Amino acid sequence: MRKLFFIALMIAACCFAENRANGAELRVPDHAVAGQALSIATSGSGEGTLLLIGPGEVIKHKIRLGENVEIKGEELKHAGRWIAIVRGGSPQSQVFWVEPGDPDNLSFLARPSRVPVAHPGVISGVAFTFDKYQNLVTQPTDVTFTLSVGGTTASQKVTTKNGIAWVRSSSAKKAGAAQFVAKVGDVTVARVVQQVASDPCNLRMHIAGENKDGIKVQTDAIRDCTGNPVPDGTIVTFIETDNTGRSVVDARIKKGIATAELPASQKAHISVASGVVLGNELNVGGGE
Amino acid sequence: MGRILIIIFVILTLGLVALGAIHQSATAPASTPEGAVQDMFINVQGHDWHSAYSYVAPASNVDLQNFTKDLTGRDGSLRTYSQLESVNTRTLHQSDDSAVVRTELKYSTAVGAFYDTRDLKVVKDNGQWKIMWAAEKTPAVPPQVIPVNYLRWDVIYRGEGDDWGAQNVENPRVRILSMNPTQYGGDLILMGEVENEDTVPAFVAVEATLTGKNGQELGEESSFDKTSHVLLPKEIAPYRIDFPGVRLSQVKAANMKPNSLLVPASADPVIGVMHQKVEKDAKGRTVLQGDLVNESGQIVNIPHVMATFYDNSGKIIWVTDGYVDHALLPETPQPFAVSIPEQIASNLHSYRVTVNQYSLNRQE
Repeated sequence: MRKLFFIALMIAACCFAENRANGAELRVPDHAVAGQALSIATSGSGEGTLLLIGPGEVIKHKIRLGENVEIKGEELKHAGRWIAIVRGGSPQSQVFWVEPGDPDNLSFLARPSRVPVAHPGVISGVAFTFDKYQNLVTQPTDVTFTLSVGGTTASQKVTTKNGIAWVRSSSAKKAGAAQFVAKVGDVTVARVVQQVASDPCNLRMHIAGENKDGIKVQTDAIRDCTGNPVPDGTIVTFIETDNTGRSVVDARIKKGIATAELPASQKAHISVASGVVLGNELNVGGGE
Repeated sequence: MGRILIIIFVILTLGLVALGAIHQSATAPASTPEGAVQDMFINVQGHDWHSAYSYVAPASNVDLQNFTKDLTGRDGSLRTYSQLESVNTRTLHQSDDSAVVRTELKYSTAVGAFYDTRDLKVVKDNGQWKIMWAAEKTPAVPPQVIPVNYLRWDVIYRGEGDDWGAQNVENPRVRILSMNPTQYGGDLILMGEVENEDTVPAFVAVEATLTGKNGQELGEESSFDKTSHVLLPKEIAPYRIDFPGVRLSQVKAANMKPNSLLVPASADPVIGVMHQKVEKDAKGRTVLQGDLVNESGQIVNIPHVMATFYDNSGKIIWVTDGYVDHALLPETPQPFAVSIPEQIASNLHSYRVTVNQYSLNRQE
């Protein structure tokens, strides 16, 4: 009986030793980068299967235990936490981290797309740095923001935090399409921020003609307080008041000026306004 | 027995169909001036223009076509989309051979009821009461070229294929300039003005949410058609939001929300509002009246007048509106009138009139 027990113990020990001899051991690299080739060392003998399970991706390879497994760069696209599992003999697994590659893409949000001139801190730019496979590059990276309009350029270098860099800027005094550019390495993304004239300033009109049918009133060239022409199509309201009542024409600025034809009157008071901005007043028949 | 029943039902059915097919038509001579007016408009309601025209005195010098156009409207105006709903008549004075009948017509339209009051002269013609129909004088616009070179705004929105970071075109900046809550009858009315501060056209709608004393929501309403929706740059429009059955004392707060969208628009047409005056109408009511002048070369089919009234401190005390049932022909004045409640008229110091327009053949 003792001999029989000893034989059984020996058989079990042999099986365990055989199993241990065929068992795989995994060695994953300390530093892996998305898009770069990777070598995973295995030990043991015989055939097995290597599974790499990552964010949104699974890679499966038939391998020979004891040999290094080469993973191509284009297979390893996603940065994040990966698990390598070897099946064959006793299963083994290792966790490793893949870091994003160098910045290769830039997502740039510029707001707003249209802004009045000479307003402080109204333009914001946010840049997200991504590698070739759209992994957010979390390593600190310098992003250069440049805002240029009408020959003037303002530039600012900002280092990303967790893959994001942002800047806030004032609108220029000159109206026009401002080029707002974010740059990382050789990657450049441009947005356009339309800087538009602000409210009219020093709105003035004059009598441009008078006959029995009506009084033609016309503004001078309408500009904002920094000298930019107020865009065509802007409403300018002319109001004539006389003893027959009040007449109003909401004229549109055309080629920089607004014109309206008001009813003829012997004695009338005429005023002009655009939005909440009031202009000068005229008295027809009674002098200004 | 069954066959007899079938025959009875068939005859009954045919009889009812025949009755239904007969239009209510009254061409019998009217015995009174008021009866003549009533009979004519009953035929108008039934679209029986020939029968209605039979009540028109030959001395009116109006043909059937013009008479029909007077009643059905021209040029795609609001009248062309209306239906005569009811007629009230009252004889103002009468002699043996003539009378004046005040006729209050109520039309139903897509934008609500529309009222028209006419004092019709009725004369005896060969022993029959006939109406002297004063034909509308339709101004003939002389052949001419009206150069219209106002700009229009087109919008290209962000496309599907664009980078997710690429910005879309910004919605216009609009601002509520003022808001004044007023109790009018049993309703709470919020009124004020909104401005498009931007350099592009905006489609604007003002919404308001009322919060009660205990923090509960009392209601949510929008300005609907009591505002000008498309505002050009720097345009100021009145708005009015009605909360039926809500009392001002119930309200703790009103949350105003001006929504704006960037829309394609045209700077044309320019509509002048001329000779505005506050006066009393024939019924003794206070009205703001004036003339609308379309300075464009295209017909404006449905003009919508909005009037804002201010007290002597510049505060808005009333906002009202009215549709004009005639189209605006180019360069042709068209009268309008909007009524003012008496309690508002007594505090009225100044006013402002703006005009919306709806045109059939115009592309925004």
